[in-house]
Amino acid sequence: MSGSVPQPAEPGVPSPVDPAVPVAPLDLTGGYLGATGAVAVAVASRATPARWQLLLRRPTFYAGAGILLFWVVCAVFGYMFAPYNPLAQQLLFNNAAPSAAHWFGTDPLGRDVLSRVITGSRDILIITPLATILGTILGTALGLAMGYFGGAFDLVVGRLVEAILALPFVIIAFLFVVAVGRSIVGITIIIGLVFTPLIARTVRAAVLVERSMDYVPGARLLGENPGRVMFAEILPNVLPAILVEFTVRLGYAVFALATLSFLGFGIPPPTPDWGADISANYIGLPAGYWWQTLFPALAIATLVTAVILIADAIEQVLAS
Amino acid sequence: MATFLLRRLGLMVLTLWLLTLIVFFAGQILPGDPARATLGNLAAPSAVRALDHQLGVDRPLLTRYGSWLGGLLHGNLGTSYAYQTAVEPFIRAALINSVKLAALAFVVVVPLAIIGGVIAALYAGRTVDRVISVTGLSLSTVPEFVSGIVLLVVFGVELKWLPVTASAGPGASVLQQFRHLILPAIPLVFVLFGYIARMARAGTIDVLNSDYTRTAVLKGLRRTTVIRRHVLRNSLLPTITVIATQTGYLIGGLVVVETLFNYQGLGNLIYKAAVAHDFPMLEAGVLIIGVVYVVATLIADLLLTWLNPRLRLGGSQ
Repeated sequence: MSGSVPQPAEPGVPSPVDPAVPVAPLDLTGGYLGATGAVAVAVASRATPARWQLLLRRPTFYAGAGILLFWVVCAVFGYMFAPYNPLAQQLLFNNAAPSAAHWFGTDPLGRDVLSRVITGSRDILIITPLATILGTILGTALGLAMGYFGGAFDLVVGRLVEAILALPFVIIAFLFVVAVGRSIVGITIIIGLVFTPLIARTVRAAVLVERSMDYVPGARLLGENPGRVMFAEILPNVLPAILVEFTVRLGYAVFALATLSFLGFGIPPPTPDWGADISANYIGLPAGYWWQTLFPALAIATLVTAVILIADAIEQVLAS
Repeated sequence: MATFLLRRLGLMVLTLWLLTLIVFFAGQILPGDPARATLGNLAAPSAVRALDHQLGVDRPLLTRYGSWLGGLLHGNLGTSYAYQTAVEPFIRAALINSVKLAALAFVVVVPLAIIGGVIAALYAGRTVDRVISVTGLSLSTVPEFVSGIVLLVVFGVELKWLPVTASAGPGASVLQQFRHLILPAIPLVFVLFGYIARMARAGTIDVLNSDYTRTAVLKGLRRTTVIRRHVLRNSLLPTITVIATQTGYLIGGLVVVETLFNYQGLGNLIYKAAVAHDFPMLEAGVLIIGVVYVVATLIADLLLTWLNPRLRLGGSQ
C-alpha cells in the first residue's frame, strides 16, 4: 500500500483517495471501531490538515504492510518462484515430513506444501478485495439512504438488515454458494452481499450525525436533489468512517473466504487454496501429518493479521 | 416503560416474521429436488414424483410458506425429508450440545474480555493498550478453524494433554465432557475476545472522558475508587449489547468448530442439512439461531433499560 497519493485539494473535503491513505483529521474523542467509532471518525473528518504522513510513523502499519506485500508478491509471482508445481503429484513421496527437498513437507497426494502455500495466496487476494469493494459500495449506498431518508424507509430496511444480521453470515454465505454454485465470481458477489448490511449499519450511524449538521438543510434549501445531497455533500464527510470499515471488512473477507473454503464451498479444487487444503488434510492430524494443515493455517493467520495491523494503524491515525 | 416494552416487542415480532421469510425463501433457492436427494440418482421418476407429493413440495410456494408458518405458530418445526420424522428432537439435542459449548466459551471470554478492555482503556494509546487491542482484533479475524488447527496440533497431537474430539461419548461424566469441550471452546473465545474487549475499551474511554469522572478525580477520590464506583458501572453498558449480538455470530462459528471437532451441535446439523438438501431441518435450525439472536438482543435491551434510567424515561415520552 503506497503513501504517495496527493492530499485533498480543498481543506475539509477529503477526496476519494487510495483506500490505504486516509484523510487525516483532528479528533480528541479517542475513536474506535464500531458504529460509535465511525461517528467519531466522521466528525473528525471535518478537521482541516491532511496528515496522512502520520501513517508512516506507525510501526504497526509497517509490519502489516510488509506482510501484506509479501503475500501480494506471492500472489503475483508465486507460480514463478515456487520450488515445485503446486499441482504436481508425486504419489511415492506422499505425506513426507518437512525436509531439505520439501521445506513444508508434502500432502497425501505428494504435492509440495510450500508451493501450495505460496501459490494459494492468489485467489484469496483477488476475491477478498473485490468482494469488500462490492460490499462497501452497496453498503454505503444503502446506509446513506437509510440515514438520510429516515422514517418508514429506515424502519423497514433497518428491520430487514437486523433480520439478516440475526443469521450467522457463514450460514447465509454457504446457503448462497450451494444455490449459485462454486465459482470465483459467485463467491465474490456472495461475500460482498453478505457484508452489505454490516457496512450499511456503520454508514447509517455516521450519516445520522452528519444529517444534524447545518450544511445538510443548507444544501436542501439550495434546491439540491436528495441524491446530490447524499453523494456530493454527506458522502465526502463519512468517507473516513467508510475507509476504516473497509479495511476491517477486508480482514473479515479473508476470514469468510477461508471459512467457506474450509466448509467445502470455496474455490473449486485442485487450485491451491489454504482453507480447502486444511479441510482436505486435517483428518491426517491424528496420524501426525501436522505440516499439511499447520502451514496453510499460519498463512491465513498472517494475512489476516497483516490486514488488521493496517486497519488499526489507519484508525489510530484518523483518531489521533 | 409500557410503551417502550410494547414498541420493542412489536419490532421483535416484525424482525421474526422477516426472518421466517428470509429463511424460507433462502431454503427454496437451493437447487436440487428433495425427493431426488433422498432417494438417490437411480430412483425411478415416478417414485421421485410420489415422494415429492408426499413431502408436499409440489404445492405452490406461498401455500407451502403458509402451512410452514402455521406449523411454526403451533410449535411444529416440520418433518425432515431425510429422516422422515419430526425435526424437533434433532434440533433439541443439537441445541443442547451447542449451548454447552457456547456457554463454556462465554463463561471464559466475558470476564477475560472485559478485564482486557478496561485495562486497555486505562492505558489508552500506550503499549499495553496497543498490544491488547491489536492482539484482540487479530484473534477475532483469524478463522476458528485456523486457531483450532494450531491448538489441535499443539495440545491434542503433540502434547496429548487434551482429547481431539469434542464428544465425550455416551454416559460420560460432566468432568469428562468438560475436558472434551476445552479445545473447541478456545477458538470461540479467541474470536469473541476481540469484539467484547473493543466495546469494553470504548465504553470505558467514554466514561473516563466524562464530566462526572473528572469531578470524582478532582474531589480527591482515590483512583481505584473512581474506577470501581464511577467508571466501571457505566462503562460496561454498551458491552452488554455487544455480548448479546455476538450470540448469533457465535453459532456461525459453531458450524466450523463443530465440523472440525466432529461435535453433534446445531452448526453441524445445519451444515449437514444444507449438504443433504433437507430443507425442513435446515430451515428449523437456521430459524432457531435467528430466534436465539433476536431474544438475546431483546434481553440485552431490557437489561440496558433497567440499568440505565435515562433510556427508560426516553422510551416513555
